[in-house]
Amino acid sequence: MMNKKQAIIKYTLRLGDNALILAQRLIELVAHGPELEEEMANANFALDYLGQARMFYSYAGELEGNGRKEDDFAFMRGEREFCNFLLLEQPNGHFGDTIARSVMFEIFYLAQLEAIAACRDERLVEIAARAVKEIRYHLRHDSQWLVRLGDGTDESHAKIQASIDELWRFTGEMFAGDEVDDIIRDEFGGPDLDKIKTGWQSGMTRLLADATLQMPEDKWMDDGGRTGRHSEHFGPLIAEMQYMQRSYPGLDW
Amino acid sequence: MSAENNVKQVWDWLADVPDPEIPVVSVVDLGIVRKINIGDDTIEVEVAPTYSGCPATEVIESSILEKLVDEGLKGVSIKRVLSPPWTTDWITESGRDKLRDYGIAPPVGSASKRELIGKGAVHCPRCGTSQTTVVSEFGSTACKASYKCDECLEPFEYFKCI
Repeated sequence: MMNKKQAIIKYTLRLGDNALILAQRLIELVAHGPELEEEMANANFALDYLGQARMFYSYAGELEGNGRKEDDFAFMRGEREFCNFLLLEQPNGHFGDTIARSVMFEIFYLAQLEAIAACRDERLVEIAARAVKEIRYHLRHDSQWLVRLGDGTDESHAKIQASIDELWRFTGEMFAGDEVDDIIRDEFGGPDLDKIKTGWQSGMTRLLADATLQMPEDKWMDDGGRTGRHSEHFGPLIAEMQYMQRSYPGLDW
Repeated sequence: MSAENNVKQVWDWLADVPDPEIPVVSVVDLGIVRKINIGDDTIEVEVAPTYSGCPATEVIESSILEKLVDEGLKGVSIKRVLSPPWTTDWITESGRDKLRDYGIAPPVGSASKRELIGKGAVHCPRCGTSQTTVVSEFGSTACKASYKCDECLEPFEYFKCI
């Protein structure tokens, strides 16, 4: 049985992992964006996620009290210790894939942060209140693109529909929940995943309708990110992310 | 000097510390210095970061330390505070005037109303007209968007309301 402290450390680390891994994916687009404005948008969004990851990791380190700092969590852990959603480690693919991935996550993450901002852990409340403003902005931008691509040409419509269909199996994990989520909900007044799921589904339904896209049916859902079982794409991602620390252990600047 | 005068002196010094990305405004104009706590042998400056990932955060903190150490103070430390979160509403009136003089349109409206871009008219910082068009929601830094003026035709940057 997990205690309250173990649960909040784990929960905070998961929040940090989600933010860091999506930041890393978006950073890959630097110098590979489809146009200059998107280049800047994604670089800015990546910075926001990176900043959020740093705040979550620093807090997790303080709670843990063993002297681990933000860099230790980002660079000194192995694949199985990261607990991000599988959705976020999926490759950028084409621009529609990137947008579909972001929108699916951000509708969830915004609701999650709004609920955290009203919970009983003071520090998480502060971080979430800051992050909500940023994610609201990301979602606004990414939703506009989803509608533009869906309600665009036959080709863009077909491509973004395929992106949605392909990534759909990773969305179930966001609402699966486990002991950690239960403790955060019951002991800290944190997010209720059932409520978030209902809100996510109606938000997604509205947005896909605006974009003239079909909402996929829920079939088999992929799972494992939260327990450190990752897809084949994760290894190369952290190999690049952790390159400096692996080459020069203890490197500091 | 009384403690009150000391606090005022520190605020005055910090009014000379420029933002590293928009050097015409100071860290005080931007509203990121929240509070100054003077103890017996210590001075703590409470600083609120702007965006979570703002790359200038560390530079700003070290500029503040450097300035106060240069003024001969000892025992100076920075405390990063997240609450209440920084928004563009914290930018002072004089900060807004300095931005405009520098050619950056200051944020329109209140961040609490979630306006960001759009609702209120963004005025050209050069000719003052409200006839302007957004070119890109993303500019040279995370906090700015690119606009152009439809009257004088000059491009300019807009400090987003967030």
